[in-house]
Amino acid sequence: MSVLVYTESENGKFKKAAFEAASYAKGIAKQLGIETFAISFNAENANDLGTYGVEKAFNLSNENFSKFNAEAYAEVIAEVAKAQDAKVIVLSQSANAKYLAPLLAVHLEAGYASNVVELPNTENGFVVKRTAFTNKAFNETAITTDAKIIGVSSNAYGLHEAETDIQVEDYQTNVVLSEAGVQVQSVDKNKDKVSIADAEIVISGGRGLKGPENWHLVEDLAETLGAATACSKPVSDMGWRPHSEHVGQTGKPVASNLYIAIGISGAIQHLAGINASKVKVVINNDAEAPFFKAADYGIVGDAFEVIPKLTEKLKEFKANNA
Amino acid sequence: MKILVCISHVPDTTSKINFTDNDTKFDTNGVQFVINPNDEFGLTRAMWFKEKQGASVDVVTVGSKETEPTIRKALAIGADQAIRVDTEPKDGFQVAKELAKVAKDGNYDLIIAGRESIDYNGGMVPGMLAKLIGANFINTCVSLEIEGDKATAIREIDGGKETLTSSLPLVIGGQKGLVEESDLKIPNMRGIMMARKKPLNVVEPVADGLSTEAKKFSKPAPKGDVKLVDAENIDELIDLLHNEAKAI
Ligand SMILES: Cc1cc2nc3c(=O)[nH]c(=O)nc-3n(C[C@H](O)[C@H](O)[C@H](O)COP(=O)(O)OP(=O)(O)OC[C@H]3O[C@@H](n4cnc5c(N)ncnc54)[C@H](O)[C@@H]3O)c2cc1C
Repeated sequence: MSVLVYTESENGKFKKAAFEAASYAKGIAKQLGIETFAISFNAENANDLGTYGVEKAFNLSNENFSKFNAEAYAEVIAEVAKAQDAKVIVLSQSANAKYLAPLLAVHLEAGYASNVVELPNTENGFVVKRTAFTNKAFNETAITTDAKIIGVSSNAYGLHEAETDIQVEDYQTNVVLSEAGVQVQSVDKNKDKVSIADAEIVISGGRGLKGPENWHLVEDLAETLGAATACSKPVSDMGWRPHSEHVGQTGKPVASNLYIAIGISGAIQHLAGINASKVKVVINNDAEAPFFKAADYGIVGDAFEVIPKLTEKLKEFKANNA
Repeated sequence: MKILVCISHVPDTTSKINFTDNDTKFDTNGVQFVINPNDEFGLTRAMWFKEKQGASVDVVTVGSKETEPTIRKALAIGADQAIRVDTEPKDGFQVAKELAKVAKDGNYDLIIAGRESIDYNGGMVPGMLAKLIGANFINTCVSLEIEGDKATAIREIDGGKETLTSSLPLVIGGQKGLVEESDLKIPNMRGIMMARKKPLNVVEPVADGLSTEAKKFSKPAPKGDVKLVDAENIDELIDLLHNEAKAI
């Protein structure tokens, strides 16, 4: 019996979300008194997973699997899960993990709980706490199938080191890629910029910034902090920013460590999507803006005056704390 | 081309979220239900295929009689007929199994669902459905073109986009981007009148058993008051973020 974690890598390197998923898997394994195994694809340093308590990593090094393929990846994970009698399979909630998890659930006839924020309660059955209604509520969900799949929300459980002697196995699979399946033709990824999903800090701009020509203010601040840029829905609807930056209930969820909202009023649909962020800062010239009720820190002021000053001060701060 | 659009009946985004029955049930009191926003983009894209390339569009929902106004709205927007699987949706796997039966019976080329419903945010129904019927699957789909029996799609990935091709039958988990917000179809009077005459077939459920069970709900603890910093005193904000919040 084991807990199996899918540890996602990109260009051979693990993402932080993979380590968080591994930490979580270890937490369950300890509760159940069983081992923690990991499956990765073309990871260069599967040994690193030992830091988070993984006892054995199965790493598939195979050119055919160099591009993410939800169908084939799910099949490989299912293959390992079955061979290792995995009772619980843990994934992050990256776009790729969310893509393959339901396919895996069908392979394993497993109940799947997404957006899970805490270790399960295993005293009486197997109950996980997950977010629902786009962060407006939590729900305790019992998974009642033999095999169970858990998607852990980003930044909810955190990293927990548990230095372990890890054994890495060069995994060979029987899975063959289907010619008839979905084929990736091209990937368009901004390599210089951190994504909203992976970012520790997100700087978000709203209609209060008046127009796309003013976005250098947001971008300069983001660059100073190594942050991702985001926006409110009307901003992307008007084409000031790409749809991929739209955050909120109908856009991307944000669960960063720090979220700075500039010229965003704080409508319920916006707040729902960003509420999982740990620390929220609002900058708005209207002291009555609802965002002040949801934020930890706030400045009542004109974005066009505050942002350049903030960026400049942060540059100094960074220089002094480097 | 035969298209099936899966519609989830969800509380409007402005709804107050409360619970009843000892916090085990969502309180629908005073709540307005709508077509799940992610599904709405897919439905409009389906209408585009119907108008531009010739397609039939069926809509399906899994739910009790209360969902009928929502599915009628989809008919008013232009879908040809509706199917309602008469059971309470309790678990994503169960819903996927019900949809799989409808999908198989209808022999669809393209099935459009939303990447997640905004109530339980499970994000699993489209993928499970695809796997259950042996169709291809593309999630977080923001663009979809069909030519003959080949689909070209763009999906959102973390920090970018990916262009994919697939044969049919195909299931997508769709979202904003499939069509522009300004192109979203809203029912007009004629559509509403016509929808009344369109078939709404109620079918019996087939799925047996559940894989998960939603138990107690709770709400996040109320937040403390915001700490206001003077616009002239940015250093204080940086100090708070660094020393108190440990966020920078
Ligand atoms: C079904 C549905 C789904 C939705 N989903 C989302 C979603 O996912 N995400 C989302 O964001 N929205 C969503 N919305 C829209 C939401 O209701 C709000 O309309 C939107 O969030 C408002 O965006 P905003 O804050 O940028 O603009 P506004 O509400 O116009 O706010 C602009 C703010 O900028 C401030 N401001 C103006 N000038 C300055 C200045 N010089 N300096 C500082 N501040 C200034 C103003 O005081 C104001 O508070 C949804 C709506 C619906 C109906």
